[in-house]
Amino acid sequence: MTSDFLLALAQAITKGLLTGMVYGLMALGLSVIFGVMRVVNFAHGEMMVIGMYLAWAGFEYLEVSPLISLPLIAVIFFGAGYLLQRGLISPFIGRPEHQQFLLLLAVAILLVNGALAIAGPDSRGVQLDSQFDSYELGPLVLDAVRLHAALAAVAIAALLWFFFTRTRTGKSIRAAADNHMGALVVGLDVPRLYAVTFGVGAACVGAAGALMITIIPVTPFLAGEYTLLAFVIVIVGGLGSMTGALMGGLLIGVSEAVAGLLLQPSLKSMFSFGLLILVLLLRPQGLFGKSAR
Amino acid sequence: MSALRRLVGDSTPRTLWGLASLLLLLLLAPALLGKYWLSVLILILYFAYVGQAWNIVMGFAGQLSLGHALYAGLGGYVAAGLFFHYGIGPWAGLFAAVAAAAVASVIVGYLGFRFSLAGVYFALLTIAFSEFTRIAFDHWPWAGGSGGLFLKVDAASNLLDLRGGPVMFYYLILALAVGAFVLCRALLESRLGRYWLAVREDAEAAQAVGVPVLRCKMLAMVISAALTALAGVWNAFYYNNLFPETAFAMGRSIEITLAPIIGGLGTLFGPFVGAVVLTGLGEGFTDIGDALGIPGIKQIFYGLALLVIVMFRPAGLWPWLSARLGLAERAQ
Repeated sequence: MTSDFLLALAQAITKGLLTGMVYGLMALGLSVIFGVMRVVNFAHGEMMVIGMYLAWAGFEYLEVSPLISLPLIAVIFFGAGYLLQRGLISPFIGRPEHQQFLLLLAVAILLVNGALAIAGPDSRGVQLDSQFDSYELGPLVLDAVRLHAALAAVAIAALLWFFFTRTRTGKSIRAAADNHMGALVVGLDVPRLYAVTFGVGAACVGAAGALMITIIPVTPFLAGEYTLLAFVIVIVGGLGSMTGALMGGLLIGVSEAVAGLLLQPSLKSMFSFGLLILVLLLRPQGLFGKSAR
Repeated sequence: MSALRRLVGDSTPRTLWGLASLLLLLLLAPALLGKYWLSVLILILYFAYVGQAWNIVMGFAGQLSLGHALYAGLGGYVAAGLFFHYGIGPWAGLFAAVAAAAVASVIVGYLGFRFSLAGVYFALLTIAFSEFTRIAFDHWPWAGGSGGLFLKVDAASNLLDLRGGPVMFYYLILALAVGAFVLCRALLESRLGRYWLAVREDAEAAQAVGVPVLRCKMLAMVISAALTALAGVWNAFYYNNLFPETAFAMGRSIEITLAPIIGGLGTLFGPFVGAVVLTGLGEGFTDIGDALGIPGIKQIFYGLALLVIVMFRPAGLWPWLSARLGLAERAQ
C-alpha cells in the first residue's frame, strides 16, 4: 500500500518535472521580456496558444512533427515579436502599467479570437507515433513525448543562456537592461535591442507551445490560463531571473502533479495561487531571485 | 446647503445644466426606450457604476487592482446565498454582502500595502486572491459548487425581495450609479481625496509630509470593495444565477477596469463615457458578428477598437472629449 503510494508519488513528481521544463521555457519568455524592458506581457498565454496551433497545423496539414517544425515556429515568432515591439509596444515602454496592460490585453484578445475564428473552438491535438512509447527508469515509467519535450526545452534554455552570456548582442541586451541610460551613452541601439529581446521572448514561448502540443491538446480558452500560469511561475521563481523562471516552472509543474494526485485535479491551481500569494508577501524577489528590492 | 455648495464647487453652469439634462433623460429612459435599448442602457450603467468603484482604488489612490471580481462575486454570493438558503431578503443581505467584501478587501489591501507591493506585484496579488476564491467556491456545496446557484424567477414585481422586471433593476442601477458619482465627487473634494491624489502621485513624498499613506490606501480599497459588492448583489438578483467560473473570473475583473481606463482614469465622468463607448461597441460588433457568423469575430473588432483607443488616446477619451465640449473637468 505505502510502497504503491510512494511509487505513484514518484511517478507524479517525474511527470511534473518533465512538464515543468516546458512551463519553464514558456515562463522564460515572459521573464526575459519583463527583465529587459519592464513590459508585462499580458498576451503571453495567447502567444503560447498560437505556437501550439502552428505546430498542430504543421502536423495536421504537412505531417511535420512538432519537434521538427519547432525551429521554424521559433523563427516566425522571433520575427513577429520583433515587429510587434517595433510597431506597437515600443511607444509604451516607460508608460504607466495600466496603459501597457490595456495594449497587451488588446493584442491578447486579437490573438486568441483570431485563433478561434480560424481553428474553431474544438480541441486540437497531435497524435505522434511515439504517443504510447515510454522509457523505464528503474520502477519509474517516463512518457516518451513528455521526456522529448522536456529535453528539447532544456536544450533551448541552454541556447538562450549561451546567447545572453556569450554573444555580443546578448551581452548588449543585458547591458541595456542593467542601465538604460548607460547603454545609450556607449552607443548601443537600444530600440533594436529591445525588439530583439521581444523577439527572443516570443521565440521561447512559441517553442514552448510547439512542445506543449505534444503533451496536451489546444483550445483557444487555454490562453488565459497560460498567461496566469506564466505569471505565477515567474513571480515564484523571481521576475527577470532566467534560472528563476526555469526552477519556478519545475516547482509549479511538480506541485500541480502532486496536488492532482493527493487532492482533486481541479484543486491543483489553488495550490499554485496559494504559493503565489505566499511568495509575493514573503519573498517578492522570488524564491530564486537574488536582488533585494 | 453648504455641503451642496461644496459638492458643486466651481463647476460651470454649463456643466451643471449638462448633468441635469442627462439625469432627466436617464430618469425618463424606460418610458422612451424599447426593451432592447433599455437592456443596453442597464449594461452601460452597470459598467459605469463598477468602473466608478474601481476608479477609487486605481484612478484616485493609484493602486492597480485586477481582482475586483472578488468583491462583486462575494457580494453576489453572500446576498444570493442568504436569500436562497434562509429566505433573508437582499435588503438585509446586502449588509452582509458589503461586510464580506470589506473584510476581503481589508485582507488583500493590508497584506499588499503592508508588504509594500506596488504596480504589477500588487495586481498579481489581487488576481491570486480572486482566483483562489474562485476555486474554493467551485468546491463549496453551500454556494452550489461549480454547478452554480440559481434564484427563483418571479414575474411579479416585488421590490422587497428584488424580484421583478428590467425597469426596477434599471432604476436601482441608475440610483447606484448616480450615488457613486456624487460620493466620488464628495470624496475628491474631501481631505481624504486630496490625500489619495498625493499618494498616487508620490507616495514617499506624501508620507514625508505626514499623509497616513497606509490608512489612505486601505480606505480606498474598502470603499471601493463595498461599492463593488453592491454591484455584485444587483448583478446576482438581476441575472438570477451565479457561477464561480464567471463571478470570480479574471475576465470579470478585467471588464470592471476597462470603462474607467478607456474613459479616463481618475476622472469622475470617465467611467460613464468608457461604459457608453465599450457597451456600444460590444453591441454593435455583436450584430456584425451575428451577420458574419464567424466565431470570435465580435471580439476581434472589439480588440481592434481597444488597440486604436489605447494607441491614440492613452489617457482616455473623457479628458479629450471634455476639452472639446468646453466642459473641462479640472485635471485631477
